Amino acid sequence: MLEAYPDGRLARILLWSLCALVMAFLMLPTLVVVPLSFSASNLLEFPPRAYSLRWYETFFASATWMAALRTSLILGTLTAMIAVPLGLLASISMNRLGGRAAVTIQGVLLTPSIVPGILLAIGLFFVLAAQHLVGTLFGVLVGHVVLAIPVACIVLLPALARFDWNQVQAARSLGANWPRAIGGIIVPQLQISLLSATLMAFLTSLDESVISIFVASGQNSTLPKLMFLSLRDQIDPTIAAISTLWTVIVVVVVLVVTLRQKS
Amino acid sequence: MTVLADPALAADARRERQFFLSLSLPALFIVGLAAILPIVWIIRQSFLTTGGEYTVGNYEKVLSSGLTWSALATTLELSLGTLAICILLGTPLALALASARPRVANLLMAFVMLPLWTSILVRTYGWLVLLRRDGLINAALTGSGLTAEPLPLVYNFTGTLIGMVHYMLPLFLLPVYAAMRDIDANLVRASASMGATLGQTIRTVILPLSSGGIFSGSIIVFIYTIGFFITPAVLGGGKVNPLSTRIERTLSTFQDWGSASVLGILLLVLMALVGVMFLAARRLIAGRRVGTAYA
Repeated sequence: MLEAYPDGRLARILLWSLCALVMAFLMLPTLVVVPLSFSASNLLEFPPRAYSLRWYETFFASATWMAALRTSLILGTLTAMIAVPLGLLASISMNRLGGRAAVTIQGVLLTPSIVPGILLAIGLFFVLAAQHLVGTLFGVLVGHVVLAIPVACIVLLPALARFDWNQVQAARSLGANWPRAIGGIIVPQLQISLLSATLMAFLTSLDESVISIFVASGQNSTLPKLMFLSLRDQIDPTIAAISTLWTVIVVVVVLVVTLRQKS
Repeated sequence: MTVLADPALAADARRERQFFLSLSLPALFIVGLAAILPIVWIIRQSFLTTGGEYTVGNYEKVLSSGLTWSALATTLELSLGTLAICILLGTPLALALASARPRVANLLMAFVMLPLWTSILVRTYGWLVLLRRDGLINAALTGSGLTAEPLPLVYNFTGTLIGMVHYMLPLFLLPVYAAMRDIDANLVRASASMGATLGQTIRTVILPLSSGGIFSGSIIVFIYTIGFFITPAVLGGGKVNPLSTRIERTLSTFQDWGSASVLGILLLVLMALVGVMFLAARRLIAGRRVGTAYA
């Protein structure tokens, strides 16, 4: 855009050095934990004097961390399994209705992503407490599903907008009822977007911390809740190992999603 | 229109519409159950004593406490501070990205997006490691002789602000970058050919044309930061207490559900006020633009 200023060299150097600094600022905290996770020391020394896998061993050998990992994976899977079908139905509904009805539905579905997490968390805590459901998997699951539905819709709505609805028309005129048309025509055609939506919903649940902190407890504590508690008490390199594993998983998932969408 | 005049077809169309509406019901039901009901419950709880009787005592207690007002002030300081730094750092970064070749820009955007996909807890941990008294940054500062003593960079306001800016910058950048990329390069060329310096072009062409993106980015920053919990709770080290951590402490430590609810409502009111202010500001800006167009 600035090629009209070929001689603005000083400005350009300034702009790009600022750019480099900001990039470093953005990347640094994620990258710094990687070497730390391979440290052999109890201390957070940087760079580590000796390397080992002991923090990974600590993580995988700890019953508490493993229980939390299991809870998080189960929650993520269930969240995706519930939020994506609900999101798909709602997206079809919004796409077909159009106009004010669609805008209203979208507004309601987006509420959870606008309301601060802390409010959702304490509100959900009160509601669950009244039903004696605090600390159950169900309580956290409901909270995660409600956050994952808008995420699924954001992926599915544009896909449905590109979808050729004449195909459904044809199926309907040949006698297929709506469930059949959705299952037989829309779902197979939207395969890639549905996969993306599933992964995003899974990640939304995996990453969610505030609702978990308030609503999950004991055996049903999630990984982020446990990480939060141990960050508050003391910081040991086990967290660095978890962080590294986590980042690797997320980067792989995001790469898969973006590459599939492009192909 | 002629088709719908047939009553049978019109009834058919109505039935189909009802069917499409019903497809949204499961999702709407869950949102009602897990997002709207909880908010209503907070409002209800704010008027109840621990025994479950109606009271306005919670409001009197919370609103007369100095802690509440300092929490409100901290919330606003953190939000405004984050917003100011995001604008200062994010706008030039967006300009650099928008003026880069598409391939370079895409690559750099991927790096910008990486933190967005990293867990907030991973990032908070990373900042703890970097900012601690014996952390990487202090080691570099004292090692190079820039400072004699390690600086207090974390477990305080500075650390919280750094963590929040780190979280919000990519989210601020997205709409600003999108707006700048959409600027017609010919306008910049025209401005240059008329003799405007680079600074003048940025001030009179690029910034006004990307003000919509900067505006959206600012709304996003504000809405998010007002309720931020994890970052102040960890990087603030108990010394930085915006409304969110106040709510948590009131609930977990003091088991005072009523007061926690009042603080929650305060947060909601603050959000609503900020929302209205932004909408009004947008209308004002839009109105002025129409005004100058006719002038």
